[in-house]
Amino acid sequence: MTTGSEPAERPRQRVLPAPTWESEAFWKGGFDGQLLIHSCRRCGRFFHPPAAACWRCRSTDVGPRPASGLAVVAAVSVNEHQWHPGFEPPYAVAIVELDDEPDVRLTTNIVGCAPGDVRIGMSVTVCFEDWDDVSIPVFRPLEEGRR
Amino acid sequence: MSPLGGKAVITGIGQSETGRRLGRSGQSLTVEACLRAIVDAGLEPDDIDGIATYPGALSPSPGFSGAGSMQLHDALGLRTRWHMGSAETAGQLGPVMSACLAAATGAADHVVCFRSVWESTAQSGGDRASAISRGPSRAGGFLEWVAPYGAMSAATWVALLCSRYMHEHRLTREQLAQIALTCRRHAAGNPAAVYREPLSLDDYLAARMISTPLCLYDCDVPCDGAVAVIVSRADAARGLRRDPLTVEAFGHGVSERHTWDQRRDLTTMGAHDAAAAMWAQTSLTPADVDVAELYDGFSYITLQWIEALGFCAHGQAGSYVEGGHRIALEGELPLNTQGGQLSGGRLHGLGFLHEACTQLWGEGGERQALRDVDVAVAAAGGGPIAGCLLVSRRQGRRRRARAHAPK
Repeated sequence: MTTGSEPAERPRQRVLPAPTWESEAFWKGGFDGQLLIHSCRRCGRFFHPPAAACWRCRSTDVGPRPASGLAVVAAVSVNEHQWHPGFEPPYAVAIVELDDEPDVRLTTNIVGCAPGDVRIGMSVTVCFEDWDDVSIPVFRPLEEGRR
Repeated sequence: MSPLGGKAVITGIGQSETGRRLGRSGQSLTVEACLRAIVDAGLEPDDIDGIATYPGALSPSPGFSGAGSMQLHDALGLRTRWHMGSAETAGQLGPVMSACLAAATGAADHVVCFRSVWESTAQSGGDRASAISRGPSRAGGFLEWVAPYGAMSAATWVALLCSRYMHEHRLTREQLAQIALTCRRHAAGNPAAVYREPLSLDDYLAARMISTPLCLYDCDVPCDGAVAVIVSRADAARGLRRDPLTVEAFGHGVSERHTWDQRRDLTTMGAHDAAAAMWAQTSLTPADVDVAELYDGFSYITLQWIEALGFCAHGQAGSYVEGGHRIALEGELPLNTQGGQLSGGRLHGLGFLHEACTQLWGEGGERQALRDVDVAVAAAGGGPIAGCLLVSRRQGRRRRARAHAPK
């Protein structure tokens, strides 16, 4: 499905998150192919990380809602140092801004292309890596004409 | 104006033996630094009635904390009226601000503030990466959002923000290098610094990348060492060994979300909030600052502090440090005169205040700034973590000169 010179391999191991009451939907939505981001039912806007209240309008009527999964790379670093025995460098860590709400950002990996090919401003789309009881949202470059 | 009202002063400083793999415990380094600071102030341990420290006894990784407040209390048989130890404050200088408030309100007369690390020894069974990955098998707290992506070090979090700044503001690696090169030049004059041999721009550009755009020399060096500062109530400081230094203002503000990746402008940091809060407390301005001791856990953070504190406009930090002349000992803003943490060693924050005091007392020796030093700023923390202090010699030459200057 992906294009690019050297698709990044799934790492042998990731440090998995410990989902909380607030974050569980984010880490499980991928099992249904959904990027679930918390949003506010009063002001209608997404926010992240998930919390018990909307930081914008202070409403506590909040909960997870599917986002489009489309995003733009706002910052990128090719990590070249090995921090974890199961996660071989190099790999691209990025901050992406959701198309649905550009001031909502996720720190993530860009996969499906050479890490050095990731550029700020690049359009990306979500995909998921399933690990045990969590499904980790990562992003890959959006194919031409798919936006 | 400052809530301190000139009632909190610094009366002594101390630093333990500092270096790589000293093979000493964190508590031993802590006691050494604190006793030196107490002697430096002309006090006795029995005079100390307050303790303030970061981050407290709990250590998230090996060697990150050398001792908690009560370990020092017990080791020295202190009797205190006030103490605190926490990481939930304005970065590594936050406890000093708490101590200033305690002194200014009379809750304590003489507070020993300390920060001690022994990461180099505690992690000597393996490298730093092994120490980080030795954590719990599942990531919680803030790490929940980054560790699954292989971003388990602040090196990567800072690298991301630096990449954005380079993209928006045309910062170059050659400009960024000036922080590491300046620190190394200044470390040559500091006998306690870890790395003192010359470092060239070619060395910098040839170094291995850690997380682009940050290379090895953009990252500070773990070490063993402790730093202590005595904060006193001004009235209790009369007649002590040293001229007391006045804490003019402190920056403890957080005016945006406390996260690494949700700040409205990714090319600013918590430093901007803390610096704004500090300047709001004083009539002094950036033009009054004679030396700047600004956190360099990673070089890019120092650039952030330079612009956050108003030494240049937003986005101009790269051109401000270009060539390194402004930030040299003979420049208009001598920077990290002890070599920072990049070359001096990762004393983690309080070392910058120690050096600011050294410069204000004119005791920098080979690394003393060439201009008269009457006002110094010390800052610590990166990303959302930030705190800064403005310290002065109120009876300094500058003010006398001003008073006598023709109108």
